[in-house]
Amino acid sequence: MPQVTLTVNGKQHSVEVEGRTLLVELLREKLRLTGTHVGCDTSQCGACVVHVDGNSVKSCTTLAVAVDGASVTTIEGLAAADGTLHPMQEAFREYHALQCGFCTPGMVMSAVDLVQKHPEGLSEQEIREGLEGNLCRCTGYHNIVKAIDAAQEVMHGRSTSIAAAAE
Amino acid sequence: MDTGAESLIPFTGIGASVRRKEDLRFLSGRGHYTDDISRPGQTHVWFLRSPHAHARIVSVDTAAAARMPGVVAIFTGADTAADKIGGVPCGWLIHNKDGTPMREPPHPVLAHGKARFVGDAVAMVIAETRQQARDAAEAVAVEYEVLPGLASMAQALAPDAPAIHEEAPGNICYDWHIGDEAATDAAFARAKHVVTLELVNNRLIPNAMEPRSAIGDYDPTTGDHTLYTTSQNPHVIRLLMGAFVLNIPEHKLRVVAPDVGGGFGSKIFHYIEEAAVTWAAAKIARPVKWTADRTESFMTDAHGRDHVSVAKLALDEHGTFLGLRVSTQANMGAYLSTFSTSVPTYLYATLLAGVYTTPAIYAEVKAVFTNTVPVDAYRGAGRPEATFLLERLVDVVARDTGLDRLEIRRRNFIKPDQFPYQTPVALQYDSGDYFSTLEMGLKAADWAGFEARRAAAAAQGKLRGIGISTYLEACGIAPSAVVGALGARAGLYEVGTIRVHPTGSVTVLTGTHSHGQGHETTLAQLVCEQLGVPFDKVEIVHGDTAKIPFGMGTYGSRSLAVGGSAMVKAMDKIIAKAKRIAAHLMEASVEDIEFEKGVFRVAGTDKTKAFAEISLTAYVPHNYPIEELEPGLEETAFYDPKNFTYPGGCHIAEVEIEPETGHVRMVNFTAVDDVGRVINPMIVEGQVQGGVAQGIGQALLETCVYDGDGQLLSGSMMDYTLPRADDLAPVSVATHTTLCTHNPLGVKGCGEVGAIGSPPAVINAVVDALRDYDVRHVDMPATPAKIWSIIHGNARRVAAE
Repeated sequence: MPQVTLTVNGKQHSVEVEGRTLLVELLREKLRLTGTHVGCDTSQCGACVVHVDGNSVKSCTTLAVAVDGASVTTIEGLAAADGTLHPMQEAFREYHALQCGFCTPGMVMSAVDLVQKHPEGLSEQEIREGLEGNLCRCTGYHNIVKAIDAAQEVMHGRSTSIAAAAE
Repeated sequence: MDTGAESLIPFTGIGASVRRKEDLRFLSGRGHYTDDISRPGQTHVWFLRSPHAHARIVSVDTAAAARMPGVVAIFTGADTAADKIGGVPCGWLIHNKDGTPMREPPHPVLAHGKARFVGDAVAMVIAETRQQARDAAEAVAVEYEVLPGLASMAQALAPDAPAIHEEAPGNICYDWHIGDEAATDAAFARAKHVVTLELVNNRLIPNAMEPRSAIGDYDPTTGDHTLYTTSQNPHVIRLLMGAFVLNIPEHKLRVVAPDVGGGFGSKIFHYIEEAAVTWAAAKIARPVKWTADRTESFMTDAHGRDHVSVAKLALDEHGTFLGLRVSTQANMGAYLSTFSTSVPTYLYATLLAGVYTTPAIYAEVKAVFTNTVPVDAYRGAGRPEATFLLERLVDVVARDTGLDRLEIRRRNFIKPDQFPYQTPVALQYDSGDYFSTLEMGLKAADWAGFEARRAAAAAQGKLRGIGISTYLEACGIAPSAVVGALGARAGLYEVGTIRVHPTGSVTVLTGTHSHGQGHETTLAQLVCEQLGVPFDKVEIVHGDTAKIPFGMGTYGSRSLAVGGSAMVKAMDKIIAKAKRIAAHLMEASVEDIEFEKGVFRVAGTDKTKAFAEISLTAYVPHNYPIEELEPGLEETAFYDPKNFTYPGGCHIAEVEIEPETGHVRMVNFTAVDDVGRVINPMIVEGQVQGGVAQGIGQALLETCVYDGDGQLLSGSMMDYTLPRADDLAPVSVATHTTLCTHNPLGVKGCGEVGAIGSPPAVINAVVDALRDYDVRHVDMPATPAKIWSIIHGNARRVAAE
């Protein structure tokens, strides 16, 4: 069976996989990083989004062998080492942007990448369109959009904290 | 006395938008969902499912599959039949008009003899890995004799249609009615106008983001069974599966529903997969795990809605409603799911009075078997169907009679001084103020300024419309004796245990279950409020029959109204006992002890004891009235509701249609709801927004489509249009409170109002936007294709003026 070596949340792993093993299966079943979820089988829902070399990727449609040598960040690796939440995580909490929590890891990872790719800032409509690849059945997205809007202010240094961004 | 330090602690009691306790784990990837659980030695199941909607199973040959790598066992319907495994039961018995019981054919765990919908499980293949199980399932050879698939109620009711179940000739489950037919006929006889509307309530697929999952585990040394499952009500599953399917007594069966990723009703029901993995785990003496992929979710999670109705409203010359007559066909699907039979009857037809004083109502409901996925409760369950029918009908009445759609509503509203209000369809509303929610809604949505917006849109070539729905629903199901008399096979109380620990922290064991509603926060706020215990010293435990004494779970917006009330009752007992301890410690009479904000005080003195001092004394009873009082400080209460609760309000939708494409854009949505006392406004707002999103989804985007043979065409997220972020508009939420009069918190429930009130508001707005096209009604969903056809198929009506 093929061997895949990759860095996940800063830690290197070498894992034997089947050729058909998906990245999400490697993360959930081999590394027991169960924060990344599987919500569909057609690459529609985005619950499985992780970052591969800094880009958001749907880990349910990525073969594990295709990310050999890559650096992967999952929801478990987003907060600082001391446990301080990433501004996006903090904003989701502050704005009640999650209910059941199942889409949340993928939603947060997508949102982080979306904001990082747009230092010029995103309008409400652009945020909504940027979430095309992520489904949430609980919130109606309203508070997710608000949270991302607040987080982008902090991530781009235009505001010092989520609470301040709320002002 | 408040100290300076106390005032710095943020208020966390009733009315505070406390940020949620559960969020930290969900945001850090440390949620604990069923599929995250891995039991030592666990095996994996792949269910082989029927590709045919209706077929006789001639033979199932598992020999080749059994030789495939990693295969541990393969079971078929013959095996479950040989083990005398029962069918999964229906929880509500409905009687026909003539008093005979409904037809209740069995729903076998694995199909035996016949498959009755695409997705019916024919074999379970158990292997070391999920992929191996899936590969081996490919090698199971099933010979089917394909029978005509009855995909729609029209097909199933055709005179020559074959019977899906031998037990149900004509494919009728029941033919039920409610109300006074003679009085309704009399009302129609003296009516000035009669307005008729035929309408469909489109079939929906719930699509909680977490697919269903179940793990069976068995300890051969003790005979203990454990089921981990994605359920909204683990005790109900234990009761149904243990007593009716597998014959396992409660003390040997533990059901755990850990973090659950959304339910919306679809995770209430006892599904065959739960019984199958529990049974199989004991058979092979290893844990057995199943997790649905989304395709399986589409074709096995109970669907929702699916009504076809004819409604007739009789009015006098002033537009006063005299009588309502409704005839509905409700699709049950291929088998009776747990609460399926109650949804189009007691959760639907009892709501047909709505917020109006219609004095005579008669409704008849025919429940029909089809070769489709079982249909059961989905967010709102019956009440959205009633609301859509009524609120569309009222708009059509306004259109047909020329009365203003607001005026006709106001004219027929139940007035604030008419409560308690007895409807002609069994319910007694305790409180509400529909005039106030209407006025607030009109103001918030700037109804008065709409015509200017319509004109501005028209100048841009867009068709703008506004629509309203003034709705009511029934939550907090319900007095056990009442539902028992109506056919429910369970009680519907709720249970709460308050465990005060020696140092004064509190663990709450609740029989309700949180799968997104935020109970760990809201229910903790009740404890802060009543016992004065700090928020971070309160822990809410739910979802495990080994930990929680009992419970009926979460659905029908009942958690706070019923579960919260049980907690209040248990806390009342805690306070009563604590007062006796305090009286002993302060050498006072118990009648003189006051309790406020966590402090026991001898009335009129400065003698006080803190809550934690009392709890410590209860567990370290050195100086204690031991002769008259047991040590410890833990109380359990069962609360049986006295009535349903009746949330209601006003929803206003504003849409804009692009004539070239037929695309309906949500511009604004305003919800003003009376959900009774609000515990956490942030969470209530979130619940309403989420419910409205699902309602807009039903109105504009979502619908389940079968082809004529019963193949599910909308069977993936690429085919079934769940709302995405850019499909929705901001939802403005406000509340106007009248208290529930019969529960101790005054709460009514907020989980479903959004999904119930919103669909007719959206369609009323669509019809309003199309007013120049002679459109009387549009069935949901108002897709671009449908709207485009209306615009381009109808000659534009030129206003004479």
